Amino acid sequence: MPSLGADMEAGTLVEWLKRPGDRVKRGDVVAVVETQKGAIEVDIFEDGVIERWLVEPGTTVPVGTPLALIGGSPVTPKTAEPLLAAAPEPAAPAVAPPPIVPKPVGRPRRASPAARRLAAERGIALDTLIGSGPGSAVVYADVERATTAVSPRPPVPKRLDFAEMRRAIAAAMARSKREIPHYYLSTTVNLTRSLTWLETTNANRPPAGRLLLAALLLKAVGHALVDAPEFNGFFTGDGFQPGAGIHIGTAIAIRGGGLVAPAIHDADKLSLDELMAQLRDLVARARSGALRSSELSDPTITVTNLGGRGVETVFGVIYPPQVALVGFGMPVERPWAIGGEIAARRVLMATLAADHRASDGHRGALFLADIDRHLQSPEKL
Amino acid sequence: MTNGTREITYRDAVREAIREALLADPRVFLMGEDVGRYGGCYAVTKGLLDEFGPERIRDTPLSESAFVGAGIGAALGGMRPIVEIMTVNFSLLALDQIVNNAATIRHMSGGQFAVPLVIRMATGAGRQLAAQHSHSLEGWYAHIPGLKVVTPATLEDARFMLAAALADPNPALIFEHVKLYNRSGMLPPDAGPVDIRSAIVRRPGKHVTLVTYGGTLFKTLDAAEELAKEGIEAEVIDLRVLRPLDTETVLASVGKTRRAVIVDEGWRSGSLSAEISARIMEGAFWELDAPVGRVCSAEVPIPYPHHLEEAALPQPSAIIAAAKTTLAS
Repeated sequence: MPSLGADMEAGTLVEWLKRPGDRVKRGDVVAVVETQKGAIEVDIFEDGVIERWLVEPGTTVPVGTPLALIGGSPVTPKTAEPLLAAAPEPAAPAVAPPPIVPKPVGRPRRASPAARRLAAERGIALDTLIGSGPGSAVVYADVERATTAVSPRPPVPKRLDFAEMRRAIAAAMARSKREIPHYYLSTTVNLTRSLTWLETTNANRPPAGRLLLAALLLKAVGHALVDAPEFNGFFTGDGFQPGAGIHIGTAIAIRGGGLVAPAIHDADKLSLDELMAQLRDLVARARSGALRSSELSDPTITVTNLGGRGVETVFGVIYPPQVALVGFGMPVERPWAIGGEIAARRVLMATLAADHRASDGHRGALFLADIDRHLQSPEKL
Repeated sequence: MTNGTREITYRDAVREAIREALLADPRVFLMGEDVGRYGGCYAVTKGLLDEFGPERIRDTPLSESAFVGAGIGAALGGMRPIVEIMTVNFSLLALDQIVNNAATIRHMSGGQFAVPLVIRMATGAGRQLAAQHSHSLEGWYAHIPGLKVVTPATLEDARFMLAAALADPNPALIFEHVKLYNRSGMLPPDAGPVDIRSAIVRRPGKHVTLVTYGGTLFKTLDAAEELAKEGIEAEVIDLRVLRPLDTETVLASVGKTRRAVIVDEGWRSGSLSAEISARIMEGAFWELDAPVGRVCSAEVPIPYPHHLEEAALPQPSAIIAAAKTTLAS
């Protein structure tokens, strides 16, 4: 069961999309999992043959539980556990980067020895239970209650559950404001060059192939992060852990309420066209509730672009355990002083909300300035 | 004399037990400091000198090593001596006789010689007798193979444990808590005999097991009564015998309640309470819902002033708090 967010403790397997005996290759969607964020497609990171399912549809299991056994490679069968660990790697890397696993923050769930024994006997996942014992430990009676309450039928598959999503957002944002000492910086970016370059580039393209400003902004952030690693990663009980790649979570509003921020993997290495294609795909799938597990678990930073909603400045709330959020407002035409003269220019407010435990304002200012610098050379993005 | 339920004190129960033993077996005699003319420093043996004479109720010099050694010799010689030591603190002067001789002779003689000796001693605090007369060192003796260590807390055990100890062919130590002597209660006519092997559930319950013995039994029962008012049903186990420990009774109870608190007037470091906790870990780890709790005496020489003495000892409030900690309530 992949971790699809820092606050996810368990997920329910809704359906298998592959059967034992099916050959699968990396990237195939093999199962659908119900989470607080709706139904998520689980993509696989191993080539091989599905030997058997380890979890039946309808079962709720804690994050980290192997879902299926994959064999078929010449070596011994291995469990599908790497699902939660593996992240897409850049094409043909000389040295594979370590897998990205957002570490669970806080202490692991406590359970008494008696609770553990009973849970093992009855096949109950301790992580799914609420503890009533000392230190909120799960005790025998909690497991006993859970065994009688467990429903044997799978829930009706549904793509999006807005109430659940609201709860997930509430938990994550409350934790952010509770735990993360935010600091905020902003700068006004002169967008003239970027917008002129976009207009020129798009003039010769069919509508479906056109680039949006959002792609440029994401790419600029991706580039800037290469020299600002302290904004790209996770803050956990062990302190700051830099991300192994630059996976930009892109906040996407969901019609009907809520939002998700799935990752665009290795945004610094994608061409603008690739990035744009991914962005279109992500938005479409986010709104239909068909995101993949790796997209939800991997973001190392979040970018929120509220320009389309008519606001000028975004004061971001960091999505834990990430350490930074870059916000972009609406491009607006403003008087701009150039060489002692006033001229009308299209400008945009870029903001940074950053975790003061992981970085300081000085580095944040350099990071924001670097985003600005990249947006002044759009042809190099 | 044993017809019908009657009110009796713990002191009277012990005296009756000694008297019965003296009447039943001519090999039985009692010796110790001030047991004869003075009637015992806790007045347990009052009147026995007049009834049985100085041959069988023998006042000894103030030399614990000498008269415990004499008791061992008498036991080896076929007698059934009851030796009284005024308090467990003073028994340290006889430690060599008890640990090096009484406990080992059967083993070292290849089973040729038995030491059917009974040593009674007072233990515990609560009577403002200060640090040199108030300690609870019975846990030390429970460490020694070759000894049997019993701690009568109830009237029935005070009345009948002596007979069982005398019947045992090996040395037995009886610890009488000083705060128990004045306790009185009803002793039913069908009371006794009792064994000196097993622990007993004094109050059944299902939420937490309180393990105790001797002087803290009634404090623990009081605590259980208070807990019951809040809906917490504590099971109270009276160990009765500290060596050999009846681990089974403790484990059976903990297996049911999944929580345990040990109440022991001894200090906690290197103590009997530590031993019981370890046995629960060894035998019932997978049954536990909470760490085992302990309520012991403060790690200081027992103070003389009343308020400090009370503060140093396990009290019902601390027992209640420890029980609740295991229940997270």
